[in-house]
Amino acid sequence: MTENLHLLLPEILLASLAIVVLCMDLVLPKRCKSFLAWISVIGLCGILALSLALLRGEEQLLYGGLVRADAYSLYFKVLFLVLGGVFILSSADYVKKQLESPGEFYAIVLLAILAMIILASAVELLTAYIALELMSFSFYTMVAYARNNPKSNEAGVKYILIGAFSSAILLYGISLLYTAIGVTRFGEIEAELAAAARVTPILWIGLGLILVGLAFKIAAVPFHMWAPDTYEGAPLPVTALLSVGSKVAAFALILRLVSQAFAPSIDQWQILVAVLAAITMTVGNVVAIPQKNYKRLLAYSSMGQVGYMLLGIAALSSISAEALLLYLVGYSITAMVVFVGLIAFFNMTGSEEIHDLGGLADSHPFIAASIAIGLLSLAGLPFFAGFTIKFYLFTAAATQGFLWLAGLGMVNSLISLYYYLMVVRQMYIEPAPKWAQEGDTTHHLVQEGQASENSSYTSQSTLITVILTLLLLGVFFIGVYPFPLMGAIKAASNAIMPMS
Amino acid sequence: MDDFKSIALFLTILLPFGAGTTLAFFPRKQPTAIKVFAAVVGFLTMIVTIIIFSLYDYNVGGYQFINSYRWLEDPLNIDLSLGIDGISAPMVLLTGIIMFAGILVAWNIEHRTKDFFVLFMFLVSGVFGVFVVRDLFFLFFFYELAVLPMFPLIGVWGSSSDFGSFARTKEYGAMKLTLYLVAGSVLVWVAIIAVYVAAKDFGVPTFSLETLNAISQNGAFSQNFQRLFFPFFMVGFGVLAGLWPFHTWSPDGHVAAPTAVSMIHAGVLMKLGAYGIIRVGMTLLPSGAEDWMPILIVLGTINVLYGAIVAMAQRDLKYVVGYSSVSHMGLVFMGLATLHPLGVSGAVLQMFSHGIMTALFFAAVGIIYDRTHVRDITILGGLAKRMGLTATFFTIAGLTSLGLPGLSGFVAEVLVFMGVFQEHMPLAILAVIGAAITAVYILRLLSRVFFGPIEPKWDHLTDARPVEIGATSMLVLGVVVVGVWPLPLMNVINSGVAELLMRFPVL
Repeated sequence: MTENLHLLLPEILLASLAIVVLCMDLVLPKRCKSFLAWISVIGLCGILALSLALLRGEEQLLYGGLVRADAYSLYFKVLFLVLGGVFILSSADYVKKQLESPGEFYAIVLLAILAMIILASAVELLTAYIALELMSFSFYTMVAYARNNPKSNEAGVKYILIGAFSSAILLYGISLLYTAIGVTRFGEIEAELAAAARVTPILWIGLGLILVGLAFKIAAVPFHMWAPDTYEGAPLPVTALLSVGSKVAAFALILRLVSQAFAPSIDQWQILVAVLAAITMTVGNVVAIPQKNYKRLLAYSSMGQVGYMLLGIAALSSISAEALLLYLVGYSITAMVVFVGLIAFFNMTGSEEIHDLGGLADSHPFIAASIAIGLLSLAGLPFFAGFTIKFYLFTAAATQGFLWLAGLGMVNSLISLYYYLMVVRQMYIEPAPKWAQEGDTTHHLVQEGQASENSSYTSQSTLITVILTLLLLGVFFIGVYPFPLMGAIKAASNAIMPMS
Repeated sequence: MDDFKSIALFLTILLPFGAGTTLAFFPRKQPTAIKVFAAVVGFLTMIVTIIIFSLYDYNVGGYQFINSYRWLEDPLNIDLSLGIDGISAPMVLLTGIIMFAGILVAWNIEHRTKDFFVLFMFLVSGVFGVFVVRDLFFLFFFYELAVLPMFPLIGVWGSSSDFGSFARTKEYGAMKLTLYLVAGSVLVWVAIIAVYVAAKDFGVPTFSLETLNAISQNGAFSQNFQRLFFPFFMVGFGVLAGLWPFHTWSPDGHVAAPTAVSMIHAGVLMKLGAYGIIRVGMTLLPSGAEDWMPILIVLGTINVLYGAIVAMAQRDLKYVVGYSSVSHMGLVFMGLATLHPLGVSGAVLQMFSHGIMTALFFAAVGIIYDRTHVRDITILGGLAKRMGLTATFFTIAGLTSLGLPGLSGFVAEVLVFMGVFQEHMPLAILAVIGAAITAVYILRLLSRVFFGPIEPKWDHLTDARPVEIGATSMLVLGVVVVGVWPLPLMNVINSGVAELLMRFPVL
């Protein structure tokens, strides 16, 4: 067993990095805390390079079939490590200004990234459950991290309660499944399901509860009640990680779970997932229309995105898997563009209202353009990643007989375009709000319990500009020429669906 | 020359696109440099389109200037493949001319000059893209790309209209236009994917228009499939072409838009819709098209009559032109729906002629509005005394619009009417009545706005500036040349139409 320990080296190093950051937080003097962000990022880069060097072409089951090192897990490992680096760098300013104890914050972020990576490689239900819990607990802490902000506390409490509830459902589902067929490894579940003459009620309920538990984690309607409040209350970078990282990680697990374990009983769950997808995308996009707070808007809009992703699960096949893998990357980059742009805006103004975005195109053209490009990409307009990934996903779903659902997805894209355009309009057409014209940011920052400087916007950070530029390049790259990515995607998809 | 032929079409996309990207890095404080750069690129692009058009060999026909780049491998099989035939060649030329004229007319843009030209360039490159690709994915890609910049272009640089009891703000116009067009493109999108799935079931998963065309002739798309999905293309693309009753975005959008954008939009973008119906709907789903053509011809007739009658009731100059566009696009639908060589050729020629004519209209209205800040017919009067050239330009556009022989509108309308008369006599009569109404409102407009006594408050007005004269006289030249000597254009169009109508063997 020890001979293939090197395959787990990235995970081990990542856990160690989290502990190192936690310990250094004790030692470092207060003014040097921002080093911790850089240490985390450098560590992540090192682990990324190591993973690429060690794991390429590996395909092994480890530890008696608990986790699997293959192209699929490597694909997500790279994605999450990059996402983690981008996230830490873009939130560095925010953390310094708004949050206490940055050291613990970065350590928890690293643990969340670790959990996401394990989620993508887990091939056994309990391992997956533990990874999911590690991720959830990291998020519980992060959501409530702004200790002095009652909204953040409220969000944390709601999230913990619903999170614990959904974990219980998931665990109950797993135990029922175990009762019925006596195994928890994906490969064995698949064999048992394929061999079973008919699906017994207990098995059916088990499968259903597992799906419901996971639906809670990805905030699929009608299991979404926690999401808007949690997203709104959480500190802005945490909202970003919650709506990008946690969802992509959950889908990494779900895609592997349905293709490697639940595939034989596809007739039982396929229509459920399709209906879930239809409701989720419609409710998410329609309810987003009247939102005034951009965090809430993005909460609902990411719910709509989850609906599209579920479409890829419902239309399970190798082409859908490829489409979904591309979609997850494209969505991550696009959503990060929007969030990083908004973090930059928040750092300068302290406002979370869409209304206050007025005049941003005049005062900060680059940030406004980034947010606009991100939003239009989310709406699926061409030249940006959103168009390519949606076209691919909808085509893939249509080839599996889900043309109606793909059509519904397109109608939803139209609805989403409306509320995204309202934000774009606010930035590009409407004048700046009074407080910005008069050079007074205090009334917002006082609400946050923070001191402010006496200019209309505080200065824009170069670091964020650099990150935004890189992310935008990613958005254009996937939108215009995703070809180089397809090799990795095909390999990942082959790893979970060898029959193609 | 072969080298040029293989990259020429790519140049039409790349030149404006590259210019837009380059302009994005220009310093904001130098509007003149930005305008000059845009004009130079616009001129080059126009020259390229003229060369492309003149090199198109109508004796050979079919797709020429072919080039192809692999974009995505299996399973989607998408190529960026370029090529133009007898129908798209005139459209490319039209886009080139109007783009350059639009840039010249936009010389008076002072507010956020850089952003305007960046967006304008992206818009144009999307339009070129639609006309020169031979792949459904990229056709849709560029189609959406051409819609996208309209929202900021209208919302930021547009103008609002106040009607006393209600107002049509530029934000309203921009949002309405964007949502209508994207709603149309949703229908197109559904149908494109349905076509792909049907092709895949036939064993040929591809987005290539040529391959799809070939398998369509081999019966890949069943009668029911065609009947079900042709209306998706007809209505989806029809929205952009101003098909009644989905036309309401068009007057509001055109009125709210700044002059150059109105020119591009009414002049070229609406043709994208009609082009989409021809290129995708009629070519790939011919027997579905045959079934739906009676509906299309009735809708087209309503377009002609309704547009003309509503135009008569307008007081705002731009609304008159906007509704006259709706009316004229009706002739395009009618011509297409005849499936008769005369009618379809007339429709394509009408697309070209209307493009130039509307651009001329909007350019002239833009000059007037720039000087007077008024577009109300009842307030304006006797402008010809102070703005002789502008009045001339507007009059030429008006005469083209009402179909005066010797101008391009006449040739196109006669062809369409001849086509319609062969098949649907009553509708043809209605359409001729529509054309007569056009004469009424155009002549009334001319007499009120330009002739008659001038009010003292308009005494200070100045006539068109050199750049504006350059832009408009170019368009006038187009209208006159096509009117007097339509043969070169007709040869090219006929070669394309003949090929299209081979898909309809029964007729």
